[in-house]
Amino acid sequence: MTEARDNYLLDVAASRRGYAINRLCGSLKDPENRRRFSEDEAAYCDAYGLSEEQKKAILERDWTGMLELGASIFYTFKLAMLDQKSMQYLGGVFTGMSTEEFMAAMRSGGRNFG
Amino acid sequence: MARIIWGLATSHVPSIGAAMDNGKTADDYWKPLFDGYEPARRWMAEHTPDVAVVVYNDHANAVDLDQVPAFAIGTADRYPVADEGWGRRPVPPVTGAPELSEHLVRELIDDSFDITTYHRLDVDHGLTVPLSVYCPEPGQAWPCAVVPLLVNVIQYPQPTAARCLALGKALGRAIRSFPQDISVAVFGTGGMSHQLAGARAGLINTGFDRMFLDAIEHDPEKLAALTREDYIREAGTEGIELIMWLVMRGALSDTITRVHETYHVPASNTAAGLALFEDLGDREGAPA
Repeated sequence: MTEARDNYLLDVAASRRGYAINRLCGSLKDPENRRRFSEDEAAYCDAYGLSEEQKKAILERDWTGMLELGASIFYTFKLAMLDQKSMQYLGGVFTGMSTEEFMAAMRSGGRNFG
Repeated sequence: MARIIWGLATSHVPSIGAAMDNGKTADDYWKPLFDGYEPARRWMAEHTPDVAVVVYNDHANAVDLDQVPAFAIGTADRYPVADEGWGRRPVPPVTGAPELSEHLVRELIDDSFDITTYHRLDVDHGLTVPLSVYCPEPGQAWPCAVVPLLVNVIQYPQPTAARCLALGKALGRAIRSFPQDISVAVFGTGGMSHQLAGARAGLINTGFDRMFLDAIEHDPEKLAALTREDYIREAGTEGIELIMWLVMRGALSDTITRVHETYHVPASNTAAGLALFEDLGDREGAPA
């Protein structure tokens, strides 16, 4: 899995690069699309025009890899929710912590970067 | 003429709504936050506006990345509650105030704010959670009509903080020139510090948040002078939502009083803040 950087930004270039992946994740707000995605994830990725790299990141649930490819967390979160994964789970993935460790860090006041 | 009676700044994290929807507000995790809301809620319940102008951002629900308007206003009679991918929140649909919307769009465009309009808009947690913070038990209908005002905070470059404060000032003028005798509340939503993605996920900057909570009342110009890079560095990539508080603050007069404030960490991966201001400048009989 990809190691996270600290400076992801959905600028216009990232939005263009990540267009297909964000469009796919956004489509999952529709129950019928969730059903079709779950039936055949690879075919769904192809139908949304994802690159091979993007498709791999989706199929492997490489959450950080998705960010590298231009995804926005507000879009990929819909995929996470389909998998019944929380924002605290994702926070753990990005920071190399377990969900429990990440939640404990939040409960102790969050992560301070001085 | 319309009067602005109060302004509410509040976080709009989805889990705050989920805590209310699932009866968890008395749990250890949530109780401090909801106890903190209580005095503000009591006061607002005694000061029901006819219309709330809710400044918020959509989160990949009604607005996608095909078009990204910097500023937009809902102009519909009614706004359905969005299904964000895990079912609709069990809250009433939102009733619009289309005549006020139409007036605001015209006045703001005449004031050089080129507003996008939404005739169809499913409102997501960005709008419904602040309504629930205001009114936890709406029953069959919310206590007031709503004009949604959307700000792009998701795609960089977002509008500047200075532009948001200026929009708020124009919004205040536009509301006060609406030729109906109604009372209006203005909501500024989002924040406070949070970063959802990347190696800085979980960032909380209490020092910045406390400074912001104070300056939003006393020195909004100082906050308007911060760049978007300042917001992202200090408050996190999603902490830039705080620029929406400046729209609310700009709409209020210079004579405001702080009714209540609360701050709590954590609400999900964020710092949750609330600040409620009564607008005295527009009170009937108040000096102009």
